[in-house]
Amino acid sequence: MIRRRVVQIIPVIVLATFVVFGLLQLVPGDIAVTLAGDNATDARIAQIRQSYGLDRPFLVQYGTWLWNAMHLDLSRSYLSNEPVFDQIMHRFPVTLLIVGSALALSLIIGVPFGILAATRPGSFLDTAVTSVASLGVALPNFWLAMILVATFALSWNWFPATGAVALSRSPSQALLHATLPAIALAASGVATVVQQLRSALIEILSSQYVRTLHAKGLSPAAILWQHGLKNVSVTLLTVVGLLVNRLLGATVVVEAVFAIPGMGSLIVHAAVHKDFPVVQGVVLSMVVIVILLNLLIDILYTVLDPRVALK
Amino acid sequence: MTGFLRWLRSHPPAALSLLFLVTLFVLAIMAPVIAPYSPTKQDVNNTLAEASWQHWLGTDDLGRDVFSRLMYGAPITLYASFLAVIVGCVLGIPVGLLAGYLGGRIDDAISRALDALLSFPAIVLAIGVTGALGVGLTNGMIAVGIVFSPQLARLMRAQTLVVKQELYVDAVRCFGASLPRIILKHVMPNAIQPVIVQVTLLLAVALLSEASLSFLGLGVQPPQPSWGAMLARAYNYMEIAPEQMYAPGLAILFTSLAFNTLGEALRVALDPTRKRR
Repeated sequence: MIRRRVVQIIPVIVLATFVVFGLLQLVPGDIAVTLAGDNATDARIAQIRQSYGLDRPFLVQYGTWLWNAMHLDLSRSYLSNEPVFDQIMHRFPVTLLIVGSALALSLIIGVPFGILAATRPGSFLDTAVTSVASLGVALPNFWLAMILVATFALSWNWFPATGAVALSRSPSQALLHATLPAIALAASGVATVVQQLRSALIEILSSQYVRTLHAKGLSPAAILWQHGLKNVSVTLLTVVGLLVNRLLGATVVVEAVFAIPGMGSLIVHAAVHKDFPVVQGVVLSMVVIVILLNLLIDILYTVLDPRVALK
Repeated sequence: MTGFLRWLRSHPPAALSLLFLVTLFVLAIMAPVIAPYSPTKQDVNNTLAEASWQHWLGTDDLGRDVFSRLMYGAPITLYASFLAVIVGCVLGIPVGLLAGYLGGRIDDAISRALDALLSFPAIVLAIGVTGALGVGLTNGMIAVGIVFSPQLARLMRAQTLVVKQELYVDAVRCFGASLPRIILKHVMPNAIQPVIVQVTLLLAVALLSEASLSFLGLGVQPPQPSWGAMLARAYNYMEIAPEQMYAPGLAILFTSLAFNTLGEALRVALDPTRKRR
């Protein structure tokens, strides 16, 4: 089963890389002319076309690009001429810290409230929790980020308003800088965890075998902790996979609000200035992270639920 | 119709959401007629003004009326949301129908392709596409729609797998109905309900995506007003006029909340197993 899954992701990765490389084909007109800038001589354009391999057939370009990418060579930035891989590795830790903290916050806050709401469906607490969760899903995360900056950074000076510090340089400063962005990201994460966990747990708690457990005299607490949560852990794994995908998208906008030098600001800057290798590099690394994480989750499914392996 | 009205009466949140959205549509269409000011008329002597009788929600950094800009921004924001969802439907529904109905290798191949597309964070791919095609709302929202399509395709595929087992589908096949006829007239209408729910929910996601793209400067270009772009301007004046960010932010929040509430209510109403709860 695990081997089959690993084999199955190879075409997924190939297709995803094809989409990432295909982005370049969407560029209207001749990329070399765009790159050469205004008033470039024909010789300069030809030189650029050759140095970036733009004169070769599409599939050859794709093959070369993929081969290099597999060897961690993502070409060089058109703007700074720095290797794209180095730029990404330089910025990745900052994004990882924010996204990681946001994911942790989502689970730490979301799981208890999801369980509380599911065990008392229809109660005042349930209504309150689900209402707040619906707000959290509908809330634009960058707007929440702006409100947090205006309140906690600009008015009250509790947290820095902008920037980031590397975890290796000063852990306390790094966490201080990451707090507000992580909260802004986590709002929708908490809401998603609550909603998904609640509906999955309600379904399990109203199923036939739980009724049997009640009938044989098992206490509601024992049913919840021994049977309910074991079955709901699969849902939780699925939610984690979904959340990482969403958080990686959301961090792009939230990083812009806090002027954080992470992956998000890298791709936005590159997209505005038509620095295609950087755009491709960031999209590629995010998609590979999501695919590999989903593979890991699929493998964990078989650990949690041996029936999956039999299929 | 009376059944629908009765349903609305017993579901106040859904009725309220529908009322809000209908009002928003009317305001969006009527904006040029009823908006008190032009959305681009500047008044440099009256910038970042607070709310007053002349300017209900104050003025922005160029002295433009925030309330009018909010109204003129509504059609642009709604256009963007619907564009993304329509692109998602046009690409996703046929693919899901075919994969589910035909099965076998075609289904396997399509499912792998859907997995690949689903792995892209929507905003990130949209930024990549706008980077390549050039910044602009339409380009960005088409990209968001492309990211939506595998979600709809998967849902359609799962439903089609169920519906195609039904006896009546076997029956029309025995009568010699053609493949397009079976799929379009007999399978799709019976498999589309969950997709309708998902479409309503995706409208909210699209709305938030539009706001994000315009906030980053990759969507709507000035001087066109959109709620995300208004927030981007407010961001620049956050230290001196933090109240600028509230009106557009609340507009986005309420609209996406309305789409979500309506979608959830539809899900419950259309799902027979949940009716009794």
